[in-house]
Amino acid sequence: MSALLEVRNVSRHFGGLKAISECGFSVTEGHAHGIIGPNGAGKTTLFNLITGIYKPTSGEIVFAGDRLDGLRPSRIALKGIGRTFQNIRLFKQLTVLENVRIAYDSQLHYSPLEALLTLPRMGRNEAESIAKSSALLEAFGLGALSESLAGDLPYGLQRKLEIARAIALNPRLLLLDEPAAGLNSGETAALTEFLRWVRTEYKVTLLLIEHHMHLVMGLCDRITVLDFGQKIAEGTPEEIRGNKRVIEAYLGADEE
Amino acid sequence: MDYFAQQAINAIQQGSIYALIALGYSMVYGVLTMINFAHGDLFMVGAFACLLIASFFPLPFIVILILVMLATGFLGALLERLAYRPLRNAPRVSAIITALGCGLVIENVVLSLSPYAKPMPPLFTVTGYHIGGLSVSTLQLMIIGVSIALMLGLDFLIRRTSFGMAMRAISFDAKTVPLLGIPLNRIISVTFLIGAGLGGAAGMLYGQAYPVIAASMGILVGWKAFVAAVVGGIGSIRGAVLGGYILGTVEVMTVAFLPSTYRDLVAYSLLLVILIFKPYGLLGKAPNQKV
Amino acid sequence: MAAMAAFFKKLGANRYALPVLLAVGFVLSLVIPQYGLLNGYVQFVLIMIGINIILSASLNLVNGYMGEFSVGHAGFMSLGAYASAVLTVKLLPDLPDAFFFLPVIVGGLVAALAGFLLALLSFKTRGDYLAIITLAFLMIVKSALENIPYVGGPRGMLGIPKLTTMAWAFFWVVVTIWVLRNLLYSKFGRAIAAIREDEIAANSMGVRVREAKILAFSVSAFFAGVAGALLAHLLVFINPSSFDILKSTEMLVMVYLGGIGSLAGSILGAVIYTLLSNWLQDFGTWRMVIMPLILVLLMLFRPKGIMGFRELPWFLPKREARRKDS
Repeated sequence: MSALLEVRNVSRHFGGLKAISECGFSVTEGHAHGIIGPNGAGKTTLFNLITGIYKPTSGEIVFAGDRLDGLRPSRIALKGIGRTFQNIRLFKQLTVLENVRIAYDSQLHYSPLEALLTLPRMGRNEAESIAKSSALLEAFGLGALSESLAGDLPYGLQRKLEIARAIALNPRLLLLDEPAAGLNSGETAALTEFLRWVRTEYKVTLLLIEHHMHLVMGLCDRITVLDFGQKIAEGTPEEIRGNKRVIEAYLGADEE
Repeated sequence: MDYFAQQAINAIQQGSIYALIALGYSMVYGVLTMINFAHGDLFMVGAFACLLIASFFPLPFIVILILVMLATGFLGALLERLAYRPLRNAPRVSAIITALGCGLVIENVVLSLSPYAKPMPPLFTVTGYHIGGLSVSTLQLMIIGVSIALMLGLDFLIRRTSFGMAMRAISFDAKTVPLLGIPLNRIISVTFLIGAGLGGAAGMLYGQAYPVIAASMGILVGWKAFVAAVVGGIGSIRGAVLGGYILGTVEVMTVAFLPSTYRDLVAYSLLLVILIFKPYGLLGKAPNQKV
Repeated sequence: MAAMAAFFKKLGANRYALPVLLAVGFVLSLVIPQYGLLNGYVQFVLIMIGINIILSASLNLVNGYMGEFSVGHAGFMSLGAYASAVLTVKLLPDLPDAFFFLPVIVGGLVAALAGFLLALLSFKTRGDYLAIITLAFLMIVKSALENIPYVGGPRGMLGIPKLTTMAWAFFWVVVTIWVLRNLLYSKFGRAIAAIREDEIAANSMGVRVREAKILAFSVSAFFAGVAGALLAHLLVFINPSSFDILKSTEMLVMVYLGGIGSLAGSILGAVIYTLLSNWLQDFGTWRMVIMPLILVLLMLFRPKGIMGFRELPWFLPKREARRKDS
């Protein structure tokens, strides 16, 4: 198994604040890789660096052999990285189906002129987009809701839709930012199963930020621990569980 | 050399008026992050208020100035209360459109009531002085002096009073301020009152300098001051003053070297160039967006 | 009232109604002037309604569907009017009437080029700052035209041939609505909606934001230019101050009255606005008080307008309409 994503010595400073400093790790293809750490450790910043919303102050990010740092977010997404957001960012006033179609659109091939004049290739592509997006929603159990507005869905289903939307990009790597936030322990267990299914069904590598230790320990093959923007530990769940620094920095302070 | 010195005095005079108006745009943007497009028309109302008061009551200059500032100030605060406050939590676009609409309503009400440009009587006898090759009039000194006095007064208000502190707190973080027991609505009202009052004062001074006033001056001159506010960095008080004097200088130089019809072209091109290379103006700060 | 609403609902859902209405409309637009079935003033108002539909539908693309705020539409219109008039007055004075589409297209393309340039500036700025940029653009176009003697400077251009007929206006309305519909219900239209909803999320979902903005601004500007060309050849006289901020405000009233994010709304807004505006002619400059006042009241009480993000099935492509029915 080779490294799908490599973060090499990346730093990001906001003014004087070092949100991430000289952080490096790699994500193996096919793995579920967890990132944990106390609040403010720089986990979401790391996601924003990988997806191009922020540019690293220094260091390199390599995905499947290509440099990502410096590329626009849309280019990075098109290389095969999907993501969800900590505070769900769906297109709230659009329907559930439209949310998924927008991500699926990256796989449609027709030019602006073909669209303006509604030439045949556009029609074929659009029909395919409706069929494939609907099928994806069915698979996610959201088929019945495809004409509802995304903003009207209950919280749990919004999280699910956000994952479906990211999957519609057909990514090789899926970044999940606290997928279990706001869920109770029963729902978290169901989510763990669901993420296992997503991972095998869509053959996608997972990189996730999470606070729920049961989910992280149960799902992840490998875990990276951040504190104050620095990597303080990395290893299998068993190794992390026994790591002194981690217990001091994180688990000791906030036992779950 | 004398030619340049003469032009410099003209530039300071023009810049002072722009700076006074630009302050109103910037103060409002500071507390509400909203462009009060109607502000240029409050400037115009200031000029008409002055004409109205002066033609009925032969009061001393300073009294008229205070009355004009109060009148436009209250109009500005009223506008905020009636049109902007209900939209404070609405999409930002709604607020901009409303401001634009309110400005046009004010402009065209004045236009309908006074279809033709009106001459403005001088409020005091103007004497000219000649120092070397330079000519300076009491009017120019008055405009520059009153403007600078008002700006210093505002600076004192913002930096030394509890109102100023509250205003700066709102500019910094409008969401936490009510939690601290600061009366948000009152501070915003007072901000509009002061901003519009300064605009009204500028209108009065402008009427003295160019003694023909018309409803269209809100757009022709008032919006130019908006350019100044953006060039300086909208939301920044010092930026507004800096922008005002920069624009005054640019305009005077344009007219000195090019046909006067190029004035608007140069001013708005300057705006575009600034926005391209320094999108948040010379002294403005970029808003931070949380992901 | 309820019966009327039900009738329109049925009509709107009928897929044969639209082609029949279009055919009847086109025939009428040829027959009416030919046989003088309506008086000249009514014909003029009908053409104005057409021009205003083109304006409000094209402005809706940027201000409604994309959720940006542009006040530069009068500037695009101005460029289209001047570019087409230069062709018909100065360069091709002997152009046969049947080739009137040529100067109109050129006017549209000149405006689209300006829209493209403005789109480049919209990459980094949004909201207030983009509104300022469009304002600066409007002012620059106006004062630049005032300083070009070739097009008459501040006095403007006179003696433009009267080429805009009811049939041409009708033709261009249909083209505009058709092209906008095609765009809106394509991946580019969805990208535009995604930008409105959440630009950062759109980026992260692989939406080519820059491409979508360029397309939205250029297409919107193209049709504003078309409308400008039609207006120039209707009024036979244009000057730079016919295309000022008040003109842009009129278009804003149409868009926000009829409804943002709706082609049906754009048409409705243009019809109501044009009729109202003609009825208010007698009120002189007070008309210019009432129009912006309507805009303010709309923002305060019904910010999305009458149709706001709702659409008649007529303006949906077949595959979308079918899906919504099931």
